[in-house]
Amino acid sequence: MSELIRKNASELVELLGKGEISSVELTQAHLDRSMAVDHDVHSYLHQDASTALSAAADIDRRRAAGEKLHLLAGLPIAVKDNLTTTDAPTTSGSKILEGWVPPYDATVVKRIRAAGLPILGKTNLDEFAMGSSTEFSAFGPSRNPWDLTRIPGGSGGGSSSVVASFQAPVAIGSDTGGSIRFPASVTGTVGNKPTYGAVSRYGLIALASSLDQVGPVSRNVLDSALIQDLIAGHDPHDSTSLPESLGSMADAARKLDVKGMRIGVIKELMGEGFQPGVMNRFKESVNLLQQAGAEIVEVSCPNFEYAIAAYYLILPAEASSNLAKFDSVRFGLRVAPEGNPTIERVMAATREAGFGPEVKRRIILGTYALSSGSYEHFYGAALKVRTLIQRDFAAAFEKADVLISPTAPTTAFKIGEKLEDPLAMYLNDIATIPANLAGIPGMSVPNGLADEDGLPVGIQLLAPAREDARLYQVGAALEKMHEDIWGKRMIDFAPELEVRG
Amino acid sequence: MAKDELMNYEKALEMFEVVIGLEVHVELNTKTKMFCGCRNEFGDEPNTNVCPICIALPGALPAVNRTAVESSISIGLALDCEIASNGRFARKNYFYPDLAKNFQTSQYDEPIAFEGALTVELPSGSVHNIQIERAHMEEDAGKLTHIGGSTGRIQGAEYSLVDYNRAGVPLVEIVTKPVYGAGAEAPELAAAYVRSIREIVKGLGVSDAKMERGNVRCDANVSLRPHGQEKLGTRTETKNVNSLRSIERAVRYEIQRQAALLAKGTAIIQETRHWHEDKGATSAGRPKSDADDYRYFPEPDLVPVQPSKELIESLRAKLPEKPADRRKRVQAEWGFADLEFRDVVNADLLDQIEETVRAGAKPQAARKWWTGELARIANSQDKDVTELEISGAHVAELTQLVDAGKLNDRLAREVLTYVLGGEGSPSEIVSARGLEVVSDDGALIAAIDAALAKQPDVLDAIREGRMQAAGAVIGAVMQAMKGSADAGRVRELLIEKANA
Repeated sequence: MSELIRKNASELVELLGKGEISSVELTQAHLDRSMAVDHDVHSYLHQDASTALSAAADIDRRRAAGEKLHLLAGLPIAVKDNLTTTDAPTTSGSKILEGWVPPYDATVVKRIRAAGLPILGKTNLDEFAMGSSTEFSAFGPSRNPWDLTRIPGGSGGGSSSVVASFQAPVAIGSDTGGSIRFPASVTGTVGNKPTYGAVSRYGLIALASSLDQVGPVSRNVLDSALIQDLIAGHDPHDSTSLPESLGSMADAARKLDVKGMRIGVIKELMGEGFQPGVMNRFKESVNLLQQAGAEIVEVSCPNFEYAIAAYYLILPAEASSNLAKFDSVRFGLRVAPEGNPTIERVMAATREAGFGPEVKRRIILGTYALSSGSYEHFYGAALKVRTLIQRDFAAAFEKADVLISPTAPTTAFKIGEKLEDPLAMYLNDIATIPANLAGIPGMSVPNGLADEDGLPVGIQLLAPAREDARLYQVGAALEKMHEDIWGKRMIDFAPELEVRG
Repeated sequence: MAKDELMNYEKALEMFEVVIGLEVHVELNTKTKMFCGCRNEFGDEPNTNVCPICIALPGALPAVNRTAVESSISIGLALDCEIASNGRFARKNYFYPDLAKNFQTSQYDEPIAFEGALTVELPSGSVHNIQIERAHMEEDAGKLTHIGGSTGRIQGAEYSLVDYNRAGVPLVEIVTKPVYGAGAEAPELAAAYVRSIREIVKGLGVSDAKMERGNVRCDANVSLRPHGQEKLGTRTETKNVNSLRSIERAVRYEIQRQAALLAKGTAIIQETRHWHEDKGATSAGRPKSDADDYRYFPEPDLVPVQPSKELIESLRAKLPEKPADRRKRVQAEWGFADLEFRDVVNADLLDQIEETVRAGAKPQAARKWWTGELARIANSQDKDVTELEISGAHVAELTQLVDAGKLNDRLAREVLTYVLGGEGSPSEIVSARGLEVVSDDGALIAAIDAALAKQPDVLDAIREGRMQAAGAVIGAVMQAMKGSADAGRVRELLIEKANA
């Protein structure tokens, strides 16, 4: 294995900038790694070595010609398969989109290309990002590089495992209720869900429009900061995108200082239901932050209790409408029943064959929640809870600059373990969902290994909307303290994967 | 189509009170569509004005067209509506192949404009103050063409084609509150209301307002109730009636049809109905209930439209005159008799005559050309007079050429056909084709002499005061000069000659 692929993105871009390595060399090293391990890990749904290498060669040529390039030019990246790409199929993990090549690039993809980052491939996800394990991908689950019998988190298990297995230095994910943060937590990687509107959703195949947000996945905090700085910014194509810049995340990640910061521990997100190893590591990090000069305060968010219930009404409601466009008329799968079927029967047969069980479950839930007679009891009530949760956060941020909690109650579970129990699966997101409901940024940072199973756990940092920089500042500082104690990065504790062919 | 039993109209009105409600869809003439940058253009090759947004490809997002919002606010203001400080879009969910997203982005409980009124005056002199419930923004659907089958409808078709050029074209839907008390004039009032809406949107310049192209479409709700009953009767909604005449006929038909059913004790089915211009009848569409479940919810992909007070006031300042005020003003300015003016209004010629007068024509001359010769030509071509390819300036020029004696009536009509044929302005045509009236005395005298040579008695007759004898010579001169002689001048010269 080339040592290059273990390096942080921040180091790689320095080497690229100095001309010590070429983008082709770096891209090839990652493609080789995928050849060696992705048969087992299954991070990618689609890879095309020639497109990635030609983008890399183009950057090398331009660099050789003395052109002034973007800071990250030449750094390969993986992209979640729910972002549209003109040169690769975009399936969102669904049979209904199998083989569909979009005629346009998502805004995030455009920014990546414009900066000269070769795209290594499209990463796996639960179908339409509905799930916490990638087990609902129509193309089979991804596996956790720490233990291949376990899930890599979801929905963005492709992006977390691709980074954790050194197949890519950085990746793009999307987070609707924890799809960046939960996978990061269970694979010992970093992931940030930016403030709602910080990154354009144009070209992101929508799950729930009011909750979805695109963000970075990496092996350390600074690398995520560099990627967020690349992809964030106003986009006229997304009317929910913020007009203003949130400043430099990379600068924040380089401060490495938490002195005087007020850090709030959320009372409701610990204790019962949280694995002991998760809680032990969390408490240690609270102490570390305190020792580093942060002021620790306890905050209460009493309405978080209702967050999952509200989320599982708002999300399916929006999803049921967003997914209506998959009707066989203009793109994607078309299944025509025997005989001389009407358009309604073709639509029904296509959706019956093209959508998987979790997608159907949520479409039915959402359709019901929006129906007249149900609306006020379900969707309407959920919107009220959403407001209450926003108020909880507003009150908590009066007392604290940053809030912290474990990212997830448990470490990675076994593949198949929760497949038949949707409610148990939904509970993985208990700590991550409130941030999506409130539109605030949330980051998961590696937080050590659980005593009982030796698997990674994550700590979640939350900040008020538009204050993503605080997460990068505290996250990077905590990461530095951890690495000083451990003597190496968290990811360096991961077992070596068996290398094939 | 089964033939409906109809009740005599007068009898229907004796038995029942008519309540109507009108929903008018106005297609805005913005350069681009409501939520994307595609051209908003009628008649282009199918599926050429489309993009990932308006054909709803996965990942695409809408962005609101600012001009469409301003146009909608202007329409709201022209209808004396309140303008919402927070106008939210909503999704109206239903599956149909012309609706790319399978939901229509519309407005539901927070329309951009609400609580307005429009005064409509009928030729009888009755004045109706129509209450406007709301005017909201939404997008048009694509256009389906059903191939095979006999009806041209989706039922029985072999297959259907979809053209998404119209998908996402901005619409404003204007909804009235129930309109009471029009009695026998209800059909006429319905048409007059839509005419006023057309005038307003045309005057604002926000729509091409051509009903034949579907720029303005009306759904007419009609219900009957026994006189004195408070509870409204069951209504039908006749969809997409695409001319003013059809609106009037469709409403009248529904009154007669419903009255016949109610008189027999048969309940009216709440449904949409289709108007068939050829048969002069409506037919049942789909059943419609108030409980139709479109699962409306706020559109999460769009932030609410929040027009500033400054914007609203600047749009208000630019509002044109109200149709009723304008009519009063121009009728007085032009000095038209009531009957003359009614013809002009009914023929939708206010704009044309105003433009013609503004270009220098005398009002009566403008009226005569538009309601006379031009209306006749349009009629012979089975067109609406407003569709003729001629500007008010051209008509004005024609009247001025006639006034100046350069054209006589016959020549002017001839020049008009060349203008309509696209040959240019009247003066250009006159000089290019050499059509000017001959007033060169030398040529006229020569022609008069030639005519007198054949009718030598005429000069004596004139001297004796028998002026009618002059007619034969004038006619001969006109004939000799192929109609291009100035008949008045010929007469003068003839008299001079007799008295010389």
